[in-house]
Amino acid sequence: MELKGTRKRRFSTGAYHMMLLPAVILVLIYSYGPIVGIVIAFQDFIPSNGWFNSEWIGFDNFKYVFGMPDTMQVIGNTLFISLLKMIVGIIFPLGLAILLNEVKNVVFKRTVQTVVYMPYFISWIILSGILIDILSPSGGIINNFLGLFGFEPIYFLGDGAWFRFVIVASHIWKELGFDTIVYLAAILSIDKSLYEAAALDGAGHIKQMWHITLPGMKPIIVLLSVLSLGNILNAGFDQVFNLYSPQVYSSADILDTYVFRIGMEQMQYGVATAVGLFKSFVSFIFICTSYLLAYKLANYRIF
Amino acid sequence: MIERRTLSRKVFLYANYIFLTLFSITCLFPIIHMAALSFSSNAAVSAGWVTIWPVDFNLDSYKYIFSNNIFMSTVLVSFQRVILGVSLSLTLTVLAAYPLSKSNLKFRSRTIYSWFFVITMIFNGGLIPTFMVVKETGLMDTIWALVIPSAVNVFNIVLMLNFFRTQPPELEESAQMDGAGSLRTLWSIYLPISKPSLATIALFSIIFHWNSWFDGMIYMNSPSNYPLQTYLRTVIVSRDLTNMNASDLSLLANISNRTVMAAQLFVSMLPVLCIYPFLQKYFVKGIVLGSVKG
Repeated sequence: MELKGTRKRRFSTGAYHMMLLPAVILVLIYSYGPIVGIVIAFQDFIPSNGWFNSEWIGFDNFKYVFGMPDTMQVIGNTLFISLLKMIVGIIFPLGLAILLNEVKNVVFKRTVQTVVYMPYFISWIILSGILIDILSPSGGIINNFLGLFGFEPIYFLGDGAWFRFVIVASHIWKELGFDTIVYLAAILSIDKSLYEAAALDGAGHIKQMWHITLPGMKPIIVLLSVLSLGNILNAGFDQVFNLYSPQVYSSADILDTYVFRIGMEQMQYGVATAVGLFKSFVSFIFICTSYLLAYKLANYRIF
Repeated sequence: MIERRTLSRKVFLYANYIFLTLFSITCLFPIIHMAALSFSSNAAVSAGWVTIWPVDFNLDSYKYIFSNNIFMSTVLVSFQRVILGVSLSLTLTVLAAYPLSKSNLKFRSRTIYSWFFVITMIFNGGLIPTFMVVKETGLMDTIWALVIPSAVNVFNIVLMLNFFRTQPPELEESAQMDGAGSLRTLWSIYLPISKPSLATIALFSIIFHWNSWFDGMIYMNSPSNYPLQTYLRTVIVSRDLTNMNASDLSLLANISNRTVMAAQLFVSMLPVLCIYPFLQKYFVKGIVLGSVKG
């Protein structure tokens, strides 16, 4: 009896191992391979020598990177853009969810949701093309419209301050629908009897919103804000990379675009990998902290 | 709940409807504007007459892009990429998720495999080492560079294994009583009942492959191998029509960079706009389940 059981298990786990094999091989090559390749951050890397035969130089790449004035600027830009995105990215979807929740007409509500959610699925390439066209200082529809009121054309994508504004605004425009749905679900899960009790006690809609809806959503707001901390060094590569130009590098270059420029364009592989590693290291600390906080504050677990 | 409609409440409700309508228009406007530009004549576009409705309706920019060999070949590359990429990643996802959905008692190495996969969600080698691995494995300039490195998506595996786990264990037991092996059980019992999950993952994956551009840019050497989005990027950045040939000249009077660009952007959006409504209901469930769990 005992023997039969073991034999049966051995047979079936053999099949399980075989099923996992293709995925394991691909992950070994294309995920673990590059992790090993991080060693080039500590080398004076010469591509033709391979990963382990270039000269080892310890932390010199890091020293070089942090000695450059650009680097601090880039870190500053990254933090500025992503913090702004985080703050606005909580307020807008939250507000929209509360307003949508007041709508009783189901068809209208669903239509608004569908429309608001749509930009989420369109690539940043296409959206960049659209933004470049409508924001163009010569004949773009936004500047044409502003022109009607006598404004001078604004070069939205060529002026540092405006560029950041465009980045944050278009980010919200694209991502809004996604978070709104989460907040809406949270509102729907609030106990309806609380509202009835409040209404009996004479609380108006504004008071209900303030004393029931917002406190009821506090856990999910805390959770999403805390979790977004893990992404603090991702200010949006696809978006910035496709919209920026040398004119706005000083206010728009973020860590990911910086890695691309020094790595792929200037071929300084070792230096670029060092910047990338620094980013991963800081992100990792933030992710761990944010999950710990999420667990403490909102009792959230991934698994 | 009986609602008393005071005046201020009414004002609020109407204002809310108006605000939400205006907001939806803001979301739709850029897309409609692009469509209108693409159907308008060059003269009307440069005069700034086009907002949401085509002026001097014509199809010249579409005739131009559909006769443009580079544009059409990049569309073809993108379709190939979607088909290859989606079938590859669905196969790998199902094959990996099934064993991982088994309990530790039935499959003891499960924990090791889980960690093996999950670690890659947290750590990665970054841009340069990844690029070098792809180069070393000989994928450069082939369509495989676009589908193989991203073929195993751990997030999808987790999604799928959670679905498998919610199925009653009796299902599998009865199949195995009848003598079915693991692969057979997966194929004839589990796959048919996982259609909703498979559809979700397939749709996720279609959008991902259709919208990707960065790998096309770094792994492809010749523009004829570019997927559509990568090609669009080169068009957006350089904004020129140097690939125009003599037979196109007759069309030139009525088209311009802007109308052609608008037509290209609109055509590239179409597949997403077409499948998005089907995708939405799965997506909404997925987000809500994934986020409000805690």
